[in-house]
Amino acid sequence: MTQSHRIPGRGLHLDRARRLSFTFDGKEHEGFAGDTLASALLANGVRVVGRSFKYHRPRGVLTAGSEEPNALVEVIEGDQHTPNTRATMQELYAGLAARSQNRWPSLAFDVLAVNDWLSPFLSAGFYYKTFMWPRAFWEKLYEPAIRRAAGLGTLSKRHDTGIYEKAFAHCDLLVIGAGPAGLMAALTAARAGADVILADEDAHPGGRLLADQPMIDGINAADWVAATLAELKSLPNARLMTRTTITGAYDDGTFGALERVGLHLADPGETPRECFWRLHARRTILASGALERPIAHPDNDRPGVMLASGVMAQVQRWGVNPGKIVLFSNNDSGLATARALNALGLSVTYVDPRPVAVTEDFPVYANARVTGTRGRMGLNAVAIDHAGGTSWVEARTLGLAGGWNPSLHLTCHLNGRPVWDERLAAFVPRPGMVPGLSVAGAARGVFSTAACLHDGLAEALTALHDLGIAAPANATAPHSEDAPYAIAPLWAVEAGGRAWLDFANDVTTKDVKLAAQEGFQSVEHMKRYTTQGMAPDQGKTSNVAALAVLAEATGQGINATGTTTFRPPFVPVSIAAMGWGGRAQGFAPQRFLTSDAQSRAMGAPMIEAGLWYRPSYFPRKGEKDWRPACDREVTAVRQAVGVCDVSTLGKIDVQGRDAGRFLDFVYSNTISSLKPGRVRYGLMLREDGMVMDDGTCACLAPGHFLITTTTAAAGPVMRHLDFVHQAFCADWDVRMISVTESWAQFAVAGPLARRVLAQVCDAPELPFMGCASVTVSGARGRVFRISFSGEQGYEIAVPTRFGTDLFARLVTAAEASGGCAYGMEALNVLRIEKGFLTHAEIHGRVSADDVGLGKMVGAKDCIGKAASLRPGLTEPGREQLVGLMPVSQGEVLSAGAHLYNERAPATRENNQGYVTSVAPSVTLECWLGLGFLKNGRARHGEVIRLDDGLRGRTVLVQVCDPVFFDADGGRMRG
Amino acid sequence: MADLIETPADLLPLTIGRCTVAPLSVGPVTSIAPFPGADLTAALAPMGLTFPAPGQIIAKGAVRLVWAGRALAFLLGAPAPDLGPLAAVTDQSDGWAFASLSGADAVAVMARLTPLDLRAQAFAPGTAARAPINHLSALILRPALDRFEIGVFRSMARTLTHEVEAALRGVAAR
Repeated sequence: MTQSHRIPGRGLHLDRARRLSFTFDGKEHEGFAGDTLASALLANGVRVVGRSFKYHRPRGVLTAGSEEPNALVEVIEGDQHTPNTRATMQELYAGLAARSQNRWPSLAFDVLAVNDWLSPFLSAGFYYKTFMWPRAFWEKLYEPAIRRAAGLGTLSKRHDTGIYEKAFAHCDLLVIGAGPAGLMAALTAARAGADVILADEDAHPGGRLLADQPMIDGINAADWVAATLAELKSLPNARLMTRTTITGAYDDGTFGALERVGLHLADPGETPRECFWRLHARRTILASGALERPIAHPDNDRPGVMLASGVMAQVQRWGVNPGKIVLFSNNDSGLATARALNALGLSVTYVDPRPVAVTEDFPVYANARVTGTRGRMGLNAVAIDHAGGTSWVEARTLGLAGGWNPSLHLTCHLNGRPVWDERLAAFVPRPGMVPGLSVAGAARGVFSTAACLHDGLAEALTALHDLGIAAPANATAPHSEDAPYAIAPLWAVEAGGRAWLDFANDVTTKDVKLAAQEGFQSVEHMKRYTTQGMAPDQGKTSNVAALAVLAEATGQGINATGTTTFRPPFVPVSIAAMGWGGRAQGFAPQRFLTSDAQSRAMGAPMIEAGLWYRPSYFPRKGEKDWRPACDREVTAVRQAVGVCDVSTLGKIDVQGRDAGRFLDFVYSNTISSLKPGRVRYGLMLREDGMVMDDGTCACLAPGHFLITTTTAAAGPVMRHLDFVHQAFCADWDVRMISVTESWAQFAVAGPLARRVLAQVCDAPELPFMGCASVTVSGARGRVFRISFSGEQGYEIAVPTRFGTDLFARLVTAAEASGGCAYGMEALNVLRIEKGFLTHAEIHGRVSADDVGLGKMVGAKDCIGKAASLRPGLTEPGREQLVGLMPVSQGEVLSAGAHLYNERAPATRENNQGYVTSVAPSVTLECWLGLGFLKNGRARHGEVIRLDDGLRGRTVLVQVCDPVFFDADGGRMRG
Repeated sequence: MADLIETPADLLPLTIGRCTVAPLSVGPVTSIAPFPGADLTAALAPMGLTFPAPGQIIAKGAVRLVWAGRALAFLLGAPAPDLGPLAAVTDQSDGWAFASLSGADAVAVMARLTPLDLRAQAFAPGTAARAPINHLSALILRPALDRFEIGVFRSMARTLTHEVEAALRGVAAR
């Protein structure tokens, strides 16, 4: 029989015309549109929905909200498996497929339920005490085995291909929670014209009004909620965000929020599954309500044991028939729930440890306690200990009402601590725990409907005042019930047997007492020793009771015991939602050169550098890997001509009367003396005296310079210049701006470079390190005679829009002269042959002197000069840049290898230096290396050992000058 | 020597749902950075422009002078003026790729791309802001309530299209 446990005609959210079929553990069931998975399972009489974390005990639905510790299931959507889905939050859709967790082979028969029989041995600290020895076994054997046994769902082990979303929203007033206080606050502020966001984690705003349905101004609260929502929706300045949980409070009015966007849709299409919001509010009202807590008594974890509020919500909102109910309560709210359930025609037996009056329309056990339950796979009887002895009462549902804990989590996210309220037996927030945030209603311990409505109104008026917005005229709260809330604290019933505090992590009162006994008396220690509150629910229903039991065991009192630290997120948040936009290529922007399409068409593999994609090499037919292509390209540059896209180099335009003075300040060498039409190599130090970057500096006109940076340092150098300018010389007459993206720039290098250049422009006769403005095939351009290859070299720049065409023409011209395009591999070989530096050498830990450029510092003051004179940076014995050549010509060198004296063992103490770059030099017919060697400049000619422990390579190398080829520079100057 | 052929930035027009993103030609782009203490009032007067305060766009016909950062404005749609010693002037026409984003859902799409407060009182039509578009550093103009003009570094144009497309699809699917 389907939906056997449904009350005819009841269920606020149900659309009984729309029947939805779904499966749980492969078995088909039917529910109604409007159901949650939890309500649909309960309506079908499915009571066991999971196995507990540690003892694998059968567990059922406890609540009707996001605090659910038990009903965690896996939702299966093709390749997408979502573990730990709270069945109370998962809305039903046609074809929903859910699976129980933490059981094998099945929910009804779970092999690891043996843990439950072994429970006397598995108390808190068992694993710590048992699996300490032998030490090495922990990581390899014990931990994996324990983790497999104590699991919480599984992952599909495939990439998450789901669509998520991230978004921002801003408002004057954020109202968190749409119960009576939140609705009243949002309505008041929205009527006043404030930009209001009302966020509620439920699909149906209303909070407890939907479950308890008191009368408000003479109408059913559910109708009042509907009318209020309709008015809010009609106001353009109010924004209602349902299915949206505020997950964290952060600085300056910023909040994180998780919206379930498409998780309730049978066919979501491209609808995002979830959206992670960053909300910013000038003012916030937290109206998150309160969470009911259970009472720990023996065997209080059977399927069928629920919170009283959960029973009420399941009945009123989804028409679930709970069968015969025993309600165990220590407070007036529980009693009110018993009356309400009874009024709905349900069979209720009420148990209260207080001397309550017995004049109800249902059996009442006053001065009584629940001391046990029966029913292997679901509750069938409850033991009640009362003045007349112990009675077993038949029941299908046991509702626990241990009092209410204000949902104050968000108030503690900036490390505020709540205060204990004896009267309410609950922690309540202090004022001002989060700047700009005030708390209204049950979240601060105001429990009656009337009081919540008034509180929401009052807090809204205060917020409007803070915001400088006039309050609406005649703002009053509607009338409603104003029943007092009295409670006699009862945390645990001592009657032998195990009494559960934390259902999600299987923590009993005995575990907490054991923690106290073994010295873990601080609440933070108890938490970690027992794992109480460390499950996906973060102890929402168990934290306060657990610390109360601890307080009793230690005798410290609850206020002195205090709470553990509340941290975001309030509910589990998918990493996929938080990380949306960063998956795969979304990780970082991709920067493409104007030559990109042609390079790829030529078959060039692309490598990423500074977010740019640059061609590695341009393979030709018969060239099987990078090496023959690279050798050919290097040879072309040395013997004919090569073309390379160098647009990625950072370019910064510096102008002003003080431009030269400014550049003298940021470069270690003098730039101000540069004449228009000339280029100079420049070295830039960080403030700590280490080399920051190098590049060229061209003087385009008096007071107008163009500096270049390395590709990877383009951003950092721009930032550095901006910092130096703003911090040290803001009044100087200098301005700078990046023009990296404005120019496409190509190196044309080799003995035939001029011939290629002449194909595209009237190449001026430029001296080495000269520059000029030219017209390049009709476009304005610039030519620089500079060289990173050691050959006669030019760099030709045109506005970026012409880059694609210019590259094509240069390559055609080069090929006509026996040359070719060359990529990063050849560029690297060419520069290593010449001993030119990249960030492989100037890696952030070297001084100018270390790289042989000490003479470039010292003539004048500059950023980094003072720090570069520190004793540690000037004393002898530092590692200095050297060249390395294999003693035996055919041997291969490797970067990252360390250097040792020829016969010294390869140990840390004997380390003499390391290799930064290597290249197979087709020019010199051997591998070449650059590296840093202790006192290296004085050791040219010495034979040492290169030892690459990673690749198992040992090579004898000769130390030499880092300039291997054309040491006097005749080729590039000529 | 035949003249070089121009290639536009790598932006694709897209219409998804109630929103369209399209490449936008803003004309020449020139950065103008006044030197300390320089007053550009007289120099800009012939163009009918004044130097914008933070967030401002000063428009005269199709020519716009847009605040673009600390002591910096971008002149869109007119050739670079000669401001002599008053300001550093740099051609940025090729450095930036502009796209327009418009339609009924433009604000919702932008809310998925940038942390800016997009409410009219915070980001009024006719103003500009420097802000990120996801990972991209952007100059954002808001000519009208439901129209934005987004400038990013030209080399990152493809990423802009990619990121805007994801936001468009998400909003449209809702």
